[in-house]
Amino acid sequence: MQQRLASFIRGYRKEAVLAPLFKLFEALLELAVPLAVASLIDDGIARGDMHHVLMMALLMVVLAMLGLAASVTAQYFAARAATGFAEKMKSALYRHIVSLSASDRDRIGNPALITRLTNDSNLVQNGINMFLRLFMRSPFVVFGAAVMAFTVDSHLAAVFALVIPVLSIVVFLIMRYTVPMYRRVQGALDKVLSRTRENLSGVRVLRAFGKEGSEEEAFGSDLARLQELQLSSGRISALMNPLTYVIINLAVVVLMDYGHRRYGLGLIETGAIVALVNYMSQILAELIKLANLIITISRAIASGRRIQAIFDTEPSMVDAPDAAEEGTDPDEAVRFEDASLTYRSGGEPSLSHISFSIRRGERIGIIGGTGSGKTSLASLIPRFYDASSGTVSVDGLDVRRWKMEALRRRIGYVQQKAVLFKGTIRDNILWGDRNADDDAVCAALKAAEAYDFVMERKGGLDSMVEEGGKNLSGGQRQRLSIARALLRRPSILILDDSSSALDYATEARLRHNLGAMAGMTVITVSQRAGSLMTMDRIIVLDGGKTVDIGSHEELLARCPLYQEIYQSQFGGAV
Amino acid sequence: MRRMEGQKETFLRILSLLRPCRAMLALSLSAAFISSVSSLLFPMLTGAAIDAIADGDGAVFIRLLALMAASAGATAVFQYVMNAANNHIVYSVSKEIRGRAFSHLQRLPLSYIDSHPHGDIVSRVVNDTDQVSDGLLLGFTQLFTGVITILGTLICMFLVNWIVALVVVVVTPLSIFTASFIAGKTFSLFYKQSEARGVQTSFINEMITGASVVSAYGMEEENQRRFDDINSRWAGFSLLATFYSSLTNPVTRFVNSLVYMGVALSGAISAIMGVMTVGALASILSYASQYTKPFNEISGVVTEFQNALASAARIFAFLDEKEEEDEGALPSFSLSHGAVEAEHVSFSYNPDKPLIKDFSISVRPGMHVAIVGPTGSGKTTLINLLMRFYDPVGGVIAIDGQSTVSVGRTSLRRCFGMVLQDTWLKTGTIRENIALGRPDATDEEVRAAASRCHLSSFIASLPSGYDEVVSDDSDGISAGQKQLLSIARVMLADPGMLILDEATSSIDTRTEMVIQEAFMRLMEGRTAFIVAHRLSTIRNSDLILVVKDGDVIESGTHQALMAAGGFYAGMYSSQFTS
Repeated sequence: MQQRLASFIRGYRKEAVLAPLFKLFEALLELAVPLAVASLIDDGIARGDMHHVLMMALLMVVLAMLGLAASVTAQYFAARAATGFAEKMKSALYRHIVSLSASDRDRIGNPALITRLTNDSNLVQNGINMFLRLFMRSPFVVFGAAVMAFTVDSHLAAVFALVIPVLSIVVFLIMRYTVPMYRRVQGALDKVLSRTRENLSGVRVLRAFGKEGSEEEAFGSDLARLQELQLSSGRISALMNPLTYVIINLAVVVLMDYGHRRYGLGLIETGAIVALVNYMSQILAELIKLANLIITISRAIASGRRIQAIFDTEPSMVDAPDAAEEGTDPDEAVRFEDASLTYRSGGEPSLSHISFSIRRGERIGIIGGTGSGKTSLASLIPRFYDASSGTVSVDGLDVRRWKMEALRRRIGYVQQKAVLFKGTIRDNILWGDRNADDDAVCAALKAAEAYDFVMERKGGLDSMVEEGGKNLSGGQRQRLSIARALLRRPSILILDDSSSALDYATEARLRHNLGAMAGMTVITVSQRAGSLMTMDRIIVLDGGKTVDIGSHEELLARCPLYQEIYQSQFGGAV
Repeated sequence: MRRMEGQKETFLRILSLLRPCRAMLALSLSAAFISSVSSLLFPMLTGAAIDAIADGDGAVFIRLLALMAASAGATAVFQYVMNAANNHIVYSVSKEIRGRAFSHLQRLPLSYIDSHPHGDIVSRVVNDTDQVSDGLLLGFTQLFTGVITILGTLICMFLVNWIVALVVVVVTPLSIFTASFIAGKTFSLFYKQSEARGVQTSFINEMITGASVVSAYGMEEENQRRFDDINSRWAGFSLLATFYSSLTNPVTRFVNSLVYMGVALSGAISAIMGVMTVGALASILSYASQYTKPFNEISGVVTEFQNALASAARIFAFLDEKEEEDEGALPSFSLSHGAVEAEHVSFSYNPDKPLIKDFSISVRPGMHVAIVGPTGSGKTTLINLLMRFYDPVGGVIAIDGQSTVSVGRTSLRRCFGMVLQDTWLKTGTIRENIALGRPDATDEEVRAAASRCHLSSFIASLPSGYDEVVSDDSDGISAGQKQLLSIARVMLADPGMLILDEATSSIDTRTEMVIQEAFMRLMEGRTAFIVAHRLSTIRNSDLILVVKDGDVIESGTHQALMAAGGFYAGMYSSQFTS
C-alpha cells in the first residue's frame, strides 16, 4: 500500500523520458555550432571560399530552427510530466491523508498536512519541471563540450579533462555546504513567521501583561539569528559564480598557451582554437544556469522528503479483510469492556478501565469535570481512536471488526465544536444522507430546532454557509450539525456537549424532540446536570475513571461527586 | 498617472531605507561596474591573442595571456565583492523592515488588529519583505550590470567592427519584442492558475480541519471526487502556464542564434574582404553570444520590480497605520485604592452604530462588580475600555481619581489581572506560560499558583511536566485546562484589580467551586469586574450591572434585583427551570 513518490511519474514516463531527450538533442545542436564556426573560419575565410561561408551560415540557421523545435517540444513534455505528476501525487496524497486516523493526524498536525498538499507539492512540481528541463542538460553539455573538444584536437582537449573534475568538486563542495544551510535559514524564517502570528493571536494577553518590550527583544534576536544564517550561507554560495568563472577563464589561458605552441608546430589552425575557446564558454554558461537551479532543486528535494514522510505514515486504523457490515446483537447498542485510552506516549491515560453497556433505545448521559475524559469516551464509539487496551463494541461486535464506514453510518456524532463547510445549508445537511429529499431535510431541521432560523435567512435551504460556518452564530452552527446527524436516522446519536451555546429553553425543546424518536440510542455528554436529569442512566466520570452509573435520583442519593456537581449548579436547591 | 506617482513615492521611500547601507551600495555598484567591464575585456583579449598566434608574435602573445589571467582574476574577485555586498544590503534591509514592522505592530491600536485579517499582516511582515529585498535590490543590481554589459558589449563590438555591430543593433528589438509578447501571454495564465490554486487551498483547509466530520459521515469518496475535479481544473491551467512561461528561453535563444549567425556571416564576409582578422571575428562572436542574455534578465527584472514595488507599497501602507499616541511623557500609574469612576462614557466601534451611549458608574475600592446581559450587549466592550484596549469616544474613566488617558497605558494595564473567555497560550513551556506576568518568579511560586488552580496533577501527567512545550493549538489540552492555566498566570502576577470575562466558562462547575476559594482569596479587598453567563457564579457580587444594547438597564445586588422582578430576575429563573 505504501507509495513511493517516484511512482507517480508512471503514466508520464513517455513525457519524462522524451523531455530530457529533446533537451539533449537541442544541446547536441548547440554543440555543433562551434564546429560550424570553426569550419567557417578555417575552410571559408582562410581559403576565401564565399560559398562555404554561406553554406555554414545556412547550416547555423537550420541548427537554430531545429534547436527551437526540439526545445519547445522538450518544454511541453516537461510541463506535462511535472503537472501530471503533481496532479496524481496530490490526489493520492489527499486520499492518504483522509485515510489517516484522528490520532495520526493529531500527531502530524493539520497545518503540516495542509502545507504538504499545497506549498510542498508546488515546490516538487517546480523542481521536477526544472530537473527535466535543465538538470539533465547541464552535465550533458559540460561533458559533451569536452567530448567535442577531443574531436577538434585531442591534445588540447586534455585541458578539459583536467578542468571538469575540478569544477565538479567545487560545485559539489559548495552544494554540500549550502543545501543544509538553506534548510536552517528556512527554519529561522519559520520562527520569525510564527512569532508574528502568535503576537497577533495573543495581543490582548501580551498587552495586558505589558510584554510589548520583551516581545520586541525576542523578535529582534530571531531576526539577528536569521540574518546571521543568511549571511554565512550567502558567503559560501556567493563563491559559486566567481569561482567557476575564474577556473574556466584560466583554463582558456592555458588552452591558448598550449594552442600557441601547437600552432607553431603547425599541428592546429586558429579556427580550431576558437572552437575550443567557445566550448569552454559553453561550459561556463551551463554552470551558471546550474548554480541558479541548485536552490530550486534542493528545496524540491526537501519538500519531496516531507511528502514522502506522510506517505510512509501507515494509517493506524484500517478495515480488517473480513470486516463486518452488521452487528451480532442489535439490542446491545454499546459496550465498553475494560477500555483505556492514552493520547500522548509517555503521558497518563485519559481513560482507564472503563466498563459498561448500553441497551438499544436507552438515553444515556455522561457527566464529569474538565479533563475527566468525557469526549475521549464518546470518540471511542465511532472509532475515531482505538482503545489502547480493552474493547469497545457496537451492536455486540468489537468496533475493530466492523467495516469503518458501516459502523459510522449507524452513528450520528455531533462534536463539541460544530464544523460546517462552505456550501448551501442544504449541502451541509445532506452530508447526513446524500439521498434525502427536502422534506426529510426540513424534518431534521425542525427536530434540531433549526428550521425557523434557516427559513428566516434569505434563500432558506439555499442560503450560503461560509467557510467554517463563520457567518452563523455558535448556537446556529450547533443546531445545524445536530440536524445533519439526525438526517441519517442514526441508531446511535452522540451529542458531545453540542448544545452548550443554546439557551435553556431551546435546549429543553431539543431534548423533547429527541425524546420522541423511539428506538434511537442517545448518548449526551454535558457539564450541566440540568441537561441530563431526564436520562435513563448517567455515567459519572472523574480523572478518566467511571465513578458511578445510575439514574439522576439514584446518583443524587448515593454519589457524592454527582451531588457536588449538582449542588455547584443548583446551589441550595437540593 | 497617479499610480506612477505612487510608485515613484514608494521607490523614494525604499531609497531612504537604503541610506544606512550607502557605503555598501556604493561598494556593490563599483564592484559591479569593475567586474562587468573586466569581463567584457576578456573576449577582446582572447581575439587579440588568437591574432597574435596567427602573426607569430610571441612577446605580444605572452603579454596578452597575462592580461587575460589578470582580467579573469579581477572579474572573479569583484564579482564576489559585489555578491557579498548585495547579500549584506539585502539581509540588513529586510531585517530593518521586519524589525520596524514588528515594533510598529506593538504600538498599533487594537482596533486595527481586530479589524484586519491576521494572515494578511503576517504575510506583509514575512513574504512582502522578502519580495522587496530580493526583487527590488537584486533586481536593481541585475539591472545595473545588465545595462553596463549591453552598453559595454555594443561599444566593444563597434570598436572591433562597426558593420557587424550594426547588424546586431538592428536585430536587437526582435528579441525584446518576443520576450515581452510571451510575458504578456503568460501573465493571464498565471493569474488563472493562482485562482485555481486558491480554490484548491481553501478546499484542502476546510476538509483537513474538519477531517473527523468527513470520516464520521463517510464523505471520503465523494470529497475525493470533488478534490479530483478541482485538482484537474487546476492542473489544466498549471500545464498551460508552465508551458507558455517556459517558452521565453527557447525563443530568445533562437533570436540570439540568428544574431550570432548574422555576426558570423557578416564577419566572415568582412574577413574575406580583408577588413577584419580571424581573432577579431572570434571576439565579436563571443560578444554576440552573450549580448542578448542581459535583455532576458532585464525583462525578468522589470516584472520582479513591479511585484516588489507592489509589496513595498503594502508594507509602507502597514507602517503608515496610525500608532497609539506615544505616552512616554505621561506619568506612570500606580494603584492606591482601586476606586473606579466612569462618567458619561460613550463608545462605538463603528460611528454609524453607537454602542455605549451614556454609561456612568462609581465603584468603591474593593467592590466586586458583575456585568451580565445578553450576547452583544456590550459587556466585553466595557472591559476593552477599562484595559484601554480601546479609548472612549466621550466621557471619562478614572481610577483613584486619575483619568485613565492621563497615565501611561502599560502601567495602567499592569494593575489589572485579566482572564478572558478566549484563552491563549504562548508557545513555550508550561512554566513560561504561568510566569508570563512575572518572569522572575521562582519555581516554588509557579508550582504554588498551579496547585491553587488544581493543575498539579494535570501538569504531572504531561511527559515533561512543567517543561512540556505547549502552544495555543496544542492537542490534548482542553479548553478548561487552558483557562485554568490563564487563571494561574493571573494568580502568580497578583494584580491590584481583576477583570474576569467568562473566566471559568470552560471549567466544569465542580472544579470551579474548588478553585473558587483561591479565587475569593485573590479577589479579597480588590476591585474586580466579572462578566459571567452562569448567573449562579455572581450572586454574591456587591453590584450587578445588567447591560442591554450598551445601556445599563438595571443595577443592584442579587437580592434587590430578584425582588424587583425585572429583566435580571427573568434571566435568572430561566436558567434554573429546565
